[in-house]
This record gives sequence, structure tokens and C-alpha cells, in this order.
Amino acid sequence: MNLQKNSYFCCENNNNANVDEFFKPYLRFMKDLTKKIAARYNNDPTRLMDILLDLHEVQNHVSDDQVDTLAKILNQSGASIRETISFYHFFSMKPLARYNIYLNNSITSVMRDRQSVKEAFEMDCDIEFGQVSEDGQFGLFNTSCIGMNDQDPAAIINGKIFTNLTPYRVHELIKGLKSGQALDDLIYENHGDGNNSDPDVHSMVYNHIRKKSIILKKDYPFYEVLKTKLKDVSPEDVIHKVEASNLRGRGGAGFPTGLKWRFGRKIEGEHKVIICNADEGEPGTFKDRVMLTEYPEMVFEGMVISAYATGADIGLLYLRHEYKYLLKFLNRKLDEMRAIGVLGKKVAGISDFNFDIRIQLGAGAYVCGEESALIESLEGKRGEPRDKPPFPVEKGYLGYPTIVNNVETLATVVKILYHGADWYTGFGTKDSLGTKLLSISGDCKFPGIYEVEWGTSIKEVIEMCGAEEVQAIQVGGPSGMLIGVKDFNNLNSNELMKWYKPSGMMIAEKFFDRRLSYSDLPTGGSIIIFNKHRDLLKDVVMNFMDFFIEESCGSCSTCRNMPFVMKNKLQKILDGHGVRKDIDDLLSWGKTLKASRCGLGQTAGNPILSSIFNFRHLYEQYIQSLTDFDTGFDLEKSIQASAKFTHRKASLHSF
Amino acid sequence: MNKKIIATTSLAGCFGCHMSILDIDERILDLIELVEFDKSPIDDIKKFSRPVDIGIIEGGCCNSENVEILRYFRENCNILVSLGECAIMGGLPAMRNGIPIEECLREAYIDGVTVGENTEKIIPNDKELPILLDKVYPCHEVVKIDYYLPGCPPRADLIWNALYALITGNEMDLPYEVIKFD
Repeated sequence: MNLQKNSYFCCENNNNANVDEFFKPYLRFMKDLTKKIAARYNNDPTRLMDILLDLHEVQNHVSDDQVDTLAKILNQSGASIRETISFYHFFSMKPLARYNIYLNNSITSVMRDRQSVKEAFEMDCDIEFGQVSEDGQFGLFNTSCIGMNDQDPAAIINGKIFTNLTPYRVHELIKGLKSGQALDDLIYENHGDGNNSDPDVHSMVYNHIRKKSIILKKDYPFYEVLKTKLKDVSPEDVIHKVEASNLRGRGGAGFPTGLKWRFGRKIEGEHKVIICNADEGEPGTFKDRVMLTEYPEMVFEGMVISAYATGADIGLLYLRHEYKYLLKFLNRKLDEMRAIGVLGKKVAGISDFNFDIRIQLGAGAYVCGEESALIESLEGKRGEPRDKPPFPVEKGYLGYPTIVNNVETLATVVKILYHGADWYTGFGTKDSLGTKLLSISGDCKFPGIYEVEWGTSIKEVIEMCGAEEVQAIQVGGPSGMLIGVKDFNNLNSNELMKWYKPSGMMIAEKFFDRRLSYSDLPTGGSIIIFNKHRDLLKDVVMNFMDFFIEESCGSCSTCRNMPFVMKNKLQKILDGHGVRKDIDDLLSWGKTLKASRCGLGQTAGNPILSSIFNFRHLYEQYIQSLTDFDTGFDLEKSIQASAKFTHRKASLHSF
Repeated sequence: MNKKIIATTSLAGCFGCHMSILDIDERILDLIELVEFDKSPIDDIKKFSRPVDIGIIEGGCCNSENVEILRYFRENCNILVSLGECAIMGGLPAMRNGIPIEECLREAYIDGVTVGENTEKIIPNDKELPILLDKVYPCHEVVKIDYYLPGCPPRADLIWNALYALITGNEMDLPYEVIKFD
């Protein structure tokens, strides 16, 4: 339905009774629609996300009246519904456009000439980013990393992904849309590889799987563990096997999976919940997207196994909104599983094992990748991280014991159970067993997914993906660290780890011998490569800081303010007003971020802090040697505006 | 011990911080034993007559004169102290910082509902008047500030303790109640 947006506004603002009369049926329709959609979810306030998503599906925004209606039927305050709407990128209380274009602004996109793509969009739609065109046809918006780093610049247009954009392609797209072509027709004839061409997906996204090892190798008949093995092992045995494999969480933090499950099993609860965290938001990570496209069976199977091990009956997969194009496909997979009896009642023929999975779509918020924020979001609230303890495993979704696992972790479990823990421990290094999926992007010939054994050195990674003239590598996304040539000798990485709890780091040439492992370079899998022509501070660090500023949930004042303050300070240094104290200030102020509640806040200063630690020379080149005080204040400049306005000469008063 | 020389000024402030200095009550007699005042509204000395040990600044910088006086203080004072919210953060005057200066002036002199008769729509522009800055700056964004005494105004006890510590070189007595603000 295409809204008559301008007229809708008119009825809101115009007191003319006739106009009100005229729009009454329309308003009633909106109200009924709201009620109908809420009823789909039994007027359950914890399903607010779904209600809002459905409303947006129909009409692109939620109106003020509808919020009030919702508040009444869900028995919530209007404010609590508004705060949820305002939290997520893809919700809006202002009417959006018929075609809403969300252009990814991650660093890999910027590196591949996002600027000219942006300008092309602005020129063709005749609006700037952040605006909706007057005729309500086009809306242009920036959005944080959408997980397409290997095919950037990418944009989401009404839920469809458009990759590898160029100005030419933009002209083609907008011209096509203006002439009334359907979005689907504007996707290139050939869809992406593998399941990207599945009728339920039909996207132009490519998997770019470049290296397969034990997990990605299709040597496994799907659901085999559920069909044949599960009924012969006790839940205890399953946990024991996972523990024996020493599997650690693949999302980045590396918590031992077996231990998590053991906690989950031990804790009593009316219900227990298994959540698969597919809110892959760390810029530079896209492995979960590929897993969910090509191996959803294994992910779901992993969920069922973990439910069996822990005694859970509720399964939830939280899918980030950017991957909405996979939703139909994934739901089909779940139906297939139910049809063959490996999901639902009496799963796998085990009489007292009932477990079903529901996919919950997110609405655009990086912080929801944090498990307690994710649970809040699942409950229909703002995705703000909770205070811990209690941990989710004690008190999670709706207060039930909840086990949250990463997509890759769950898929790995399946192979461990199929081949045995002994088989699995034959791969990797002593402290980091098995393999890791890497999402490699940036300045290299072959960006994509590489499954490597733990212990692979950075040098091998570089050679693997065909990168040349490498200046630095970001391991673990923006919340990771930056390690450089000069300071490496003074650097005790273990001490730094304790300090920042990084999920990774940026490293430079001298330590390309370092190895991916939990004791050396732990990572959630994001690897972004920068060649020697990139300006690490101006382009990379600034982009990462913008990301953290945008994605802070705003709950802790440290994370709400400090990244902003630190970015301004870095800008001041880049503007040539830096003094030695600025670097010291950044280092000491950055410490306050450790007081934040969640990982996002605690690592929000890492792009600056770690680049100072390891690329200090880049900062020093901007620092003035002759003065120790410069705030960039310029008296002459600061009086220009008022002098001009009062028609005075901007000469300085002398007393 | 030689008496320390003190200077004070109020820039874009309300003189409330100076009032708070006077609130040290009878301790002002002790203070006089320890210090002499140079340029200050308290004794109305307009220009520095000698090098000063401690300069106390109330208020931030909202116009060109504020900036020049602040710089004048920095040149002549060994230690500069930002006293109170406005000097440290810009305070109430900085509420205009989100609004373009043109809009502020128009509201104040032409369009505002409380503007009296201004048929010629004049915005004061005599060349004797200092020129307003584009926004209100805290002192430390203009010159180097050595110490900050927060509060609106800072409590007399805080001022006294800080000055006493600075003058005698002893460690400052900072009980929790003095530095907690909410």
C-alpha cells in the first residue's frame, strides 16, 4: 500500500473539520490495521518487535495515533513503545519513502569509493542522505555495516541487497525505479552462487567461499546426528563431548561452549531457552551470513542438539534485519525439519524432547549482538545490555535460563558430534582447537570466507587472499586493536589483552608472523586489510569512531559521550592543533570507557587507543613541537559571524 | 613567608562565584594575612601592577574582551584557577551555543517578545562594545588553566580550602561531600 503521505500529514496538522471528516475512514483503517497486526501476536507486548516490523512492512512507518492504539491494546505506556521505535535504525515514526535506500557506510565501503556512489544517489534522487524526497518516492539513509564487506559498496533497498554499486549502476537503478520497473527486475539476471539463487532467497549476494576445511566441507548428510545418534546418547554425554572438544564460542569472546551448556543444564527453570545469535554486526564480519545461506541445516541442528543437552524447549534465532532476505528461506528450512520430525514434538523420536525454533528479526542495532541486549530486543524492548549478574544462563529471555550461542559455534557442534571430539581436537593448536571462519575484506584480490585452522599466521592469511603492499590488518573489527611496527618490542600483548579485552587487533607488517589463536590473536573472524595507500587515522580510525558513536545505545554515560569526545580530539590533532598532552589525554580518558556495562562501550575507544599504542608515529607527525598548549581556538575566526551580522569591522577590541 | 599575590576577574559570569569568595566570612581576615589582592573587582584595581601568583577566573568567554582579559591574566599570573561552572563548562551563558549567533541577536534585540521599542531595528554595534564570539567558550579552551574548582557557585569552604592549600603548599582537604554533585 502506498500511503498518501502528504495528505496524511495534512490531516494531522489541519484543524479543518471537513478534512478531519474526510480522513476519518483512513484513520479508522490505520487503527484497525494496528489492532489486526497486534492480534496476530496475541496482543503480547514481548512481541512488539514483530508487531512493529509487520506495521512497517505495510506502511513504512508507525504513526503517532498507532502508537497510542498499540499502547492501549498491549497495556504499555506510549513512551515505552516510542523508545523502542526510536532505538532501531529500520523503525521510523515519520513516513519513509516508497523506496528506502540504506547505503552501507562501513570502512570497506568507503575504501571502494562509497563517496561517488553516495553522490550518484543524491544527484539522481535530488535529495541528500537522511532525507525523503518530496514526492515520497525515494529516501536515502546511511547505515552501519550490513555484512557485505566482500562486495561493497552495498545498499539495502526495501529489504533487497544491492552489491558492488558504482555510479553507473546507481543511475541504472534509479532510472529503472523511476520508470516503474520492479525492484526484483533490477537485480541482475544472475543471482548469487549457491542458495543465493534459491527461489526463496533470490539475491545477488555472493558467498565467496574461498577455502573450506572441516566445517564447511560438505561431507555431512544434514540432520544425521539428530536422526541416528542423538537418541543413543544422554544429554550429559553430549555436554561431555563438547567439553572434550574444548570448543570455545566463535562470536569473539571465546567462552567455553561445553561449560556454558553445563551451567544451562544445571539451572532449573520452567522453560529453558536456546538462542542462536545471528545478529552479526561487527564491521567486517559476514561469515554468519554465509553459514545461514549455505549451512542453515547445521545451524538449526546445532540448536536442537544444544537444546537436548541443556533441556531447553524454546528456540530462538535472532536474525539481523540486514539479512531479512534470508528469512523466508530459513523458515522453509524449519518447516522441512518439522516435516521430517527433527523439530517440534518428540524431536528425533525422543519421547520427552519437545523443541521448536522461531526466527526473530531484528531491526538494525549493532549492540543487539551483545547477548543480554539481544534478549531485551527479543522481549520487544530497546536493545540495551543488562547489568550482570544475573547472567542470561541464570535469568535470560522472559526470566528463563537462556543459552546464547553463535551461528558458527552451533554448526561446529554438529560436526564434533558426528566425527567425535578426538577428530576435532586433531585440528588447530594446543590452546585453540579446530578451525575458524574468517571474513576477509579490504585491500585484497580475493575477499571472502576462509575456513582456516587456528594457528594460521597473518602472513599466511595475506598470501591466501592475495593482498599486496599491506600496511595494516584489522583483526576482530573496530572493537579490536591496532598494533604497529614501532612499539611492538615494548608491547606485552597479554597485558594489553587484560586491559582492553579486545575481540581482535590491527597489526602491521612486523608481526605478520603472529598467529590466530586464543592466546595470541583471538578473533571473531573479521579481517580487514589496509594497503600502504590508506590513511589509517583519517579514514580508518575516524570511520570506526563514527561507527561506535552511531551504535551506542546511550545507556552508560561513558560510552554515550567519550567516543564523541575522543573523536573530536582526534579531529583536532588531524587539523594540526594537536599537542603532546592530547595524546596523553586520549589515553587516560579512554580508560573511563572500561566503566561501561557491555563490550561495545568497553571497546569503543579501541580504534584510537590501540592506534596510539601501535601507530604512534602517525599521531606524532601531527603534533606541534613548539607549543604545549593549543586548543584550536581562533579569536579572529570566532568573531566573524557576529561582526558581519552587526556590520562591524572584525577588528579586535583593545582595552 | 611573603604574601602571595592574588588577582580575580569575572568574565561571562554572574559574580556569584565572587560572592562565594566573600562567603568565607571571618576567614577573610586570615586570608588577608596570607595574601594581597592585585587586579580584582574586590579592590577595583584595573591593571596588573606586578607579577601575580594566583589568578582566579569566574565565567567563560562570550566576547572578544573576555578573551583578551583571560589572555592578559594568563600572561601575568603564575597559576590560573577556573572557578565555577561557567569558567569550567561555559555554564548558563553557553546555552546559546546550539543557536547561531545571528538568531540570538535577532531574538534579543528585534524579535523577542520582551523587546521594547526598537523601531529602527538596531542591534548594538558601537565600536566601543566588545564583539560577541560565535559561541561561549570555557576558559581552558582559550588558555591553559591549572586548576578547576567546580560548583555553581563553588562552596565557600571549597574555595577556602583550595586557596589555603595552594598558598601553603599543603595537600588539599577534599571531603566527599564537597566534590559530589548529585
